[in-house]
Amino acid sequence: MAIDPNSKPQLAPGVRLGENNNQRVLLMPERALRLIGPSLEIVQRCDGKHTVAQIVADLQKIYSKAEPHKVETDILGYLQLLRDERALDFTA
Amino acid sequence: MTNSLHSPLALVCELTHRCPLHCVYCSNPRELAARATELSIESWASVFKQAAELGVLQADFTGGEPLARTDIVELIRAARAAGLYVNLITSGLPLDEAKLDSLLAAGLDHFQLSFQSATESIAEEISGTKTHAQKLRVLEWLKPRRVAVTLNFVLHRRNLHQIGEMLAIAESSSATRVEFANVQYCGWGFANREHLLPTRAQLDQFLIDVKAAEERFRGKIRVEYVVPDYYAKYPKPCMGGWGRKVMLISPNGDALPCHAAAVIPGLHFENVREKSMREIWESGEAFQKFRGEAWMQEPCKSCDRRAQDFGGCRCQALLIAGDASATDPVCSLSPNRAKVDAVLAGIQEPQTTPSAEFLYRTNPS
Ligand code: SF4
Ligand code: SF4
Repeated sequence: MAIDPNSKPQLAPGVRLGENNNQRVLLMPERALRLIGPSLEIVQRCDGKHTVAQIVADLQKIYSKAEPHKVETDILGYLQLLRDERALDFTA
Repeated sequence: MTNSLHSPLALVCELTHRCPLHCVYCSNPRELAARATELSIESWASVFKQAAELGVLQADFTGGEPLARTDIVELIRAARAAGLYVNLITSGLPLDEAKLDSLLAAGLDHFQLSFQSATESIAEEISGTKTHAQKLRVLEWLKPRRVAVTLNFVLHRRNLHQIGEMLAIAESSSATRVEFANVQYCGWGFANREHLLPTRAQLDQFLIDVKAAEERFRGKIRVEYVVPDYYAKYPKPCMGGWGRKVMLISPNGDALPCHAAAVIPGLHFENVREKSMREIWESGEAFQKFRGEAWMQEPCKSCDRRAQDFGGCRCQALLIAGDASATDPVCSLSPNRAKVDAVLAGIQEPQTTPSAEFLYRTNPS
């Protein structure tokens, strides 16, 4: 299932940002993902207000030295992974 | 040693051994801790703080039935205040809507409801209690509330064929995760093993169905399962390796590397009332005993998989091979594998009628 660029990702219930030893982590049932650099930038924008397209545009600006198409595919891949982990809900 | 030592990731908190159910596969030890010996809320609060400082991220509140603690709300609040993510693993029994709201207000992150079966009759046969209707009520209460929900189905010979009904319960709930967990044949499960082990044919059908479910629910419900180790070629990496990821605190404050570790004779457990969590984790005798590879015998000692499965389960080695340092007997390379095969050979027909011979879990004083 592809990710709709106009949908707005939001952390699913019971998923939240945490911190351990000065390291940001995404906490979820029985699991924790380390957030570094771009992954933290993405997750911080999963607030139910930003659309996927906006997140992509934001990160393309932040990582302006990277190839824009590559930034987009990486983000979509990461969002899909988080969705399959059930860490994200998407609203229209 | 300390340099290469990982910090524990999860703290399993057996808050009490009291439980209104009597599951025939209960993972609690056959010797249950009495209420009078249970840790106080102050001791638990200190354990949570020390655990977070050690690097622990997740607290698993379990039991017994954790809701049997009258101070469960304060316990959740204390674990959250220490910075931990709080998972509650419950039968859902001593619960009503007001209590649920107070658990959530205290900061409960994840509600994990365990099921003995998909139907009342088999659930009652397994747990010696009527609980199924209450569990379905709890699922309704959870629907409008913001909390992660997991359904945990414990799999055995009497319910493996119910996967369709189990998934239907999941689909009509707000669960984002379904965990199919095999009975572990230690403690009460070992005593009832012959009545709980599924047949090969049952398992094969289940594996086909669960694979299909995984695909069907992708993006909606995360379906998790593993092949039960009696039917596998290699053992599971029990607890993610002894003393590597998990620290379990029993109701009276003993720190254990795994649920069943108390069956191993001669193993001494330190208590959080007497020693710091860091001391126990880094140099406690029980944690050191099977940490790393020094304790291993052949065939594990020279096996390529030893960093993957850590030689399997120590308690199973003790129970089947009679030696806690032996290779897990479920491993196809173990000289004791024949003992496991002999047990499986006796499991021919799926059991279609209730077993009169179950040994039910008792309750502590
Ligand atoms: S397995 Fe059953 S008897 Fe044991 S603690 Fe859980 S609900 Fe209670
Ligand atoms: S011999 Fe030991 S290390 Fe090798 S697969 Fe079997 S249990 Fe694992």
